Amino acid sequence: MSTRLTTGGQRIDRSKPVTFTFNGTTLKGYEGDTLASALLANDRMMMGRSFKYHRPRGVVASGTEEPNALLGIGSGGRFEPNQRATMQEVFEGLEAQSQNHWPSLAFDIGEVNAKLSRFLPAGFYYKTFLWPRAFWKHVYEPFIRQSAGLGKAPKDRDADTYEHYYHFTDVLVIGGGLAGLTAALAAAKGGAKVTVMEQEAHWGGRAPVDDGAAEEVAALVAELEGMETVTLRLRCMGAGVYDHGYVLGYERLTDHLAVKSGPRHRLWRIRAGQVVTATGAIERPLSFAGNDVPGVMLASAVRDYVAHFGISVGDRTVVVTNNDDAYLTALALVGAGLSVPAILDARQGGGGALADQAKAKGIRVLNGHGIAKVQGRKRVTGVAICKQVGEGAVIEEIACDAVAMSGGWSPVVHLWSHCGGKLIWDDAQAMFRPDPNRPPTGADGTGFVSVAGAANGLLDLSDALPDAAQTGAMAASFVTGKASGDIALTDRKPRGDRPIEPVWLMPASAKRALRAKSWLDYQNDVKVTDVQLAAQEGFESVEHAKRYTTLGMATDQGKLSNINGLAILSGALDTPIPQVGTTTFRPPFTPISMGAIAGPARAEVFQPLRRSPIHAWHEAHGADFEPVGQWRRPYTYLRSGEDRHTAVAREINQTRNALGLLDASTLGKLIVKGPDAGRFMDMLYTNMMSTLKPGFCRYGLMCSENGFLMDDGVVARWDEDTFLCHTTTGGADRIHAHMEEWLQTEWWDWKVWVVNATEQYAQIAVVGPQARSVLEKLGATDIGNEAFPFMTFQDHTLAGIRARVYRISFSGELSYEIAVPASQGLALWEALMQAGAEHDVMPYGTEGLHVMRAEKGFIMIGDETDGTVIPQDLGLGWAISKKKTDYIGKRAQERSDMTRPDRWKLVGLETLDGSVLPDGAYALADGHNANGQRNVQGRVTSTYHSPTLGRGIAMGLVLNGPERMGETVQFNKVDGSSVAARIVNPVFYDKENTKNV
Amino acid sequence: MSDPVSALAGKVSEGPVRIEDLAPRAMITVRGKLSDTAITEALASVSGLAMPGQRGIAAEGEKRLAWMGPDEALLILPRAGLDAALSGLTEKLGSAHALVADMSDARALFRLTGEDAALRDTIAKVAPVDMMRFPTGEIRRTRLAQIAGAFWMPQEGTVELVCFRSVAQYAFDLLSQAAVGPRVF
Repeated sequence: MSTRLTTGGQRIDRSKPVTFTFNGTTLKGYEGDTLASALLANDRMMMGRSFKYHRPRGVVASGTEEPNALLGIGSGGRFEPNQRATMQEVFEGLEAQSQNHWPSLAFDIGEVNAKLSRFLPAGFYYKTFLWPRAFWKHVYEPFIRQSAGLGKAPKDRDADTYEHYYHFTDVLVIGGGLAGLTAALAAAKGGAKVTVMEQEAHWGGRAPVDDGAAEEVAALVAELEGMETVTLRLRCMGAGVYDHGYVLGYERLTDHLAVKSGPRHRLWRIRAGQVVTATGAIERPLSFAGNDVPGVMLASAVRDYVAHFGISVGDRTVVVTNNDDAYLTALALVGAGLSVPAILDARQGGGGALADQAKAKGIRVLNGHGIAKVQGRKRVTGVAICKQVGEGAVIEEIACDAVAMSGGWSPVVHLWSHCGGKLIWDDAQAMFRPDPNRPPTGADGTGFVSVAGAANGLLDLSDALPDAAQTGAMAASFVTGKASGDIALTDRKPRGDRPIEPVWLMPASAKRALRAKSWLDYQNDVKVTDVQLAAQEGFESVEHAKRYTTLGMATDQGKLSNINGLAILSGALDTPIPQVGTTTFRPPFTPISMGAIAGPARAEVFQPLRRSPIHAWHEAHGADFEPVGQWRRPYTYLRSGEDRHTAVAREINQTRNALGLLDASTLGKLIVKGPDAGRFMDMLYTNMMSTLKPGFCRYGLMCSENGFLMDDGVVARWDEDTFLCHTTTGGADRIHAHMEEWLQTEWWDWKVWVVNATEQYAQIAVVGPQARSVLEKLGATDIGNEAFPFMTFQDHTLAGIRARVYRISFSGELSYEIAVPASQGLALWEALMQAGAEHDVMPYGTEGLHVMRAEKGFIMIGDETDGTVIPQDLGLGWAISKKKTDYIGKRAQERSDMTRPDRWKLVGLETLDGSVLPDGAYALADGHNANGQRNVQGRVTSTYHSPTLGRGIAMGLVLNGPERMGETVQFNKVDGSSVAARIVNPVFYDKENTKNV
Repeated sequence: MSDPVSALAGKVSEGPVRIEDLAPRAMITVRGKLSDTAITEALASVSGLAMPGQRGIAAEGEKRLAWMGPDEALLILPRAGLDAALSGLTEKLGSAHALVADMSDARALFRLTGEDAALRDTIAKVAPVDMMRFPTGEIRRTRLAQIAGAFWMPQEGTVELVCFRSVAQYAFDLLSQAAVGPRVF
């Protein structure tokens, strides 16, 4: 059993016990424990069940690479699934639950899958659920979904907050082990501003355990802390490296605290001149039968638990290895008074200096041996040992309750690789390591990432630290342009290891029965036989084999399994490992919280909400808002007892009969000025704008280069050199950018300036037969139809406010749009409401606006247009100048598809029964197309109930529509039936324009 | 004429960093090549400030003159000086190719005050700018989380910040939220 030793544990404070719960049971740990170490102290070796076969799984690692011990942490608004017990620090009151089991961790019904593993090989789902087709949706998928997935999704709103932080540094060191700290010191001494991020809660990486270097680490940290130019961050992971030295750091601020205040996570958005990845290395498991039984752990983890936390994972631990490192574990265990019945060294020649030390301690060392099979199911009970070279004939059985394995070390090359750094296969060390000649390159073609320490394949500190110092100094030099000096390093001698011998399968010629129990990917249940089957079935590319077998596709992204898996693939394909290559390393390094990505974007600042200067008034007067771009515009103003439909009808009737007000402030207002402004306007709009006289307005259409109608609006010529272009609400920024693009890239020599003055003005439409009288009441004089005709503008002072009044109409009524500085908008609105009270003035919303324009047959960008419609489709030929030699879109409109006579054209539509046509309904034609779909001959573009006419009205694009006036066409309905509508003129109301006078 | 109203009518958020929506000022955008001395001289003459160089902003009392791009300047003055400045600029610019636009109401203007480091932390949470090294006398047109904005530091411990009027509430909420919580540096 696993237990807490009476002494030892560098990280724990035995004077500070903490209690926490695991699956509802209260357990004790100490401050400084990780959840994994605290569970081990309570003999909870088994921490979860695997994904596919629901096999019992125990913790295997002590750090970020842990694939098995994934737990749900917290509850309610602070519940989060899939957290690694090895990275979660315990605190008073922590709640943890194991996952992926039913009904309990100890007894799980899904374990039956393991019995069927013979029938669940790689690609099982692909092969099985192909047929019959209909079963996928109704039978297979619901079943698979129910049993799939690790952990549960949180159900409550996240109780925490998150933040972003933009940080700039000359040199960013990712990894605070001895190599990272050494590189940082060298860089800082070289004059660079340095930032060091360490994902764990402690500095030093493996050095305090493996090299007894705790004091050296502390001294180095103290020196760095004393430097003003150095920023040190613990619990801060380098999550991803991107182009141009952009790096994401993920800092966990409160995950380790019992009392949480302030943001939970901080996402560091960093621009670094140079990045040094000192990310260390991850120990590889060995592939032998039963290597997933709880109690089989990485050798480094076993000694971490002893050294950091005073934890014995078992009384008797068998060590199995192919390199010298695991001897450290044996020595640490024996040093702690525990028993190591044997060290199985797969190498014929055995180990070096450390092996000699182990033998001197009296530990039994068996060279050329390995594990044939682990005994036990929920816990190791023993191992059967065999010769490494054979098929696994059992020589001896050794009783033990833990196995410490080491298959060598894989440098953590993820961050080096994220942005294109390449790897080389180091045959002597059996590892991929960064190729110093092919780093990720910046805009200038030079590398911006370098690598230090074990991440660089330098596993011995006597090599790693001089290299790290040099790397740090060079990174500083790159940024500062100055040479950096040397820093003093502790003199170290090489450890005297004998070289590793790669062992990808134990024993080397293991029979199928053994291979089928040799796990590569613990989290996704991928075995040696699965990868071999994939190869046999033709999945030669490592990327394909990965997806077919799901090797490395779990939440740990194959930190333990990738190299072992591709080595098996390499063997099965008879292709050398470097030719097989690795799968792609993508950010983030380990999963980061969704909250950290969102940062501040939640609740009231989830998205910017644009408010007009009159917004607060709308809110106070029953406005039922709708989003228009990021604006919120009143759709209608609800009075008590009204629904939307009645409110809209009331607003329209009152406007048509007396007076209505519309807040039109959101419309785009672009000022275009210069000697070439007229010429520029002629190119932007399809109509002739340069002939417009100052003081006059003209409705204009704007097309894209491809000829499609993209915006419309009224243009006013303010003076000889100056035009004001009204755009649609959603078009303001887009059309501004469109203008700037043409001015900056094509017509850079034209003398034209553009300013987006949308937000400078509040604009209020005063609409209806009483519009003139209310303006007069507010002080406007001489504004009769003759003195102030339609499509002109004048400056007036209204209610003491200087205003520019445009006589334009989008409703067919007498109408003025009044522009005033935004700071006066509310004052004018209130003055108009007061002055119009005698006419029972009503504000109307966007729906009233839409219905009234449709009653008049005016098109709406986004309804009648959808990016495929040209003005000619909409009967707007009158707004296309025949005189101009060019305008944007002109040539495109001459293409054959644009001029073909059978393009669908705009018409009005009236249902015979007066009902409202469904939005987007199709006009049905005879027969079916090649896909068995009903042929169509048109579609509805806008459709409303017209309160003015008391019936449904619609506009639509119909084949040869304008020539088919009076004809009846069937339109489809959602319920499968159809409705008849007559093709009519799109102007439904006041065809003679008698009202706008 | 009613008294002009700022977007948030003088709203204030108190805390380690105080955030205040300032009363309306005159803000005039001038588009024109700043390499053209006719334009820079007109700006200098009307503002009484020397036209600053790239990314620069000149300040004196309530007056600001900012470089907004190679062909754009922003002049900020006390509100009472608006009409005189507009006519003065038009007159001084004469026939020079320039666009003078009254943008006094297009933006919200905030002042943030507090301990200098706290202030820099606050901005660094929302804008991709190196606040550790951001000098006084410089203006940065940038992004404030999801909106466009610009800011400058008239002196240590003070930030002045503008954004479009319609998103003033978003900017205020965003900054108020960023101003609380543990210090990063």
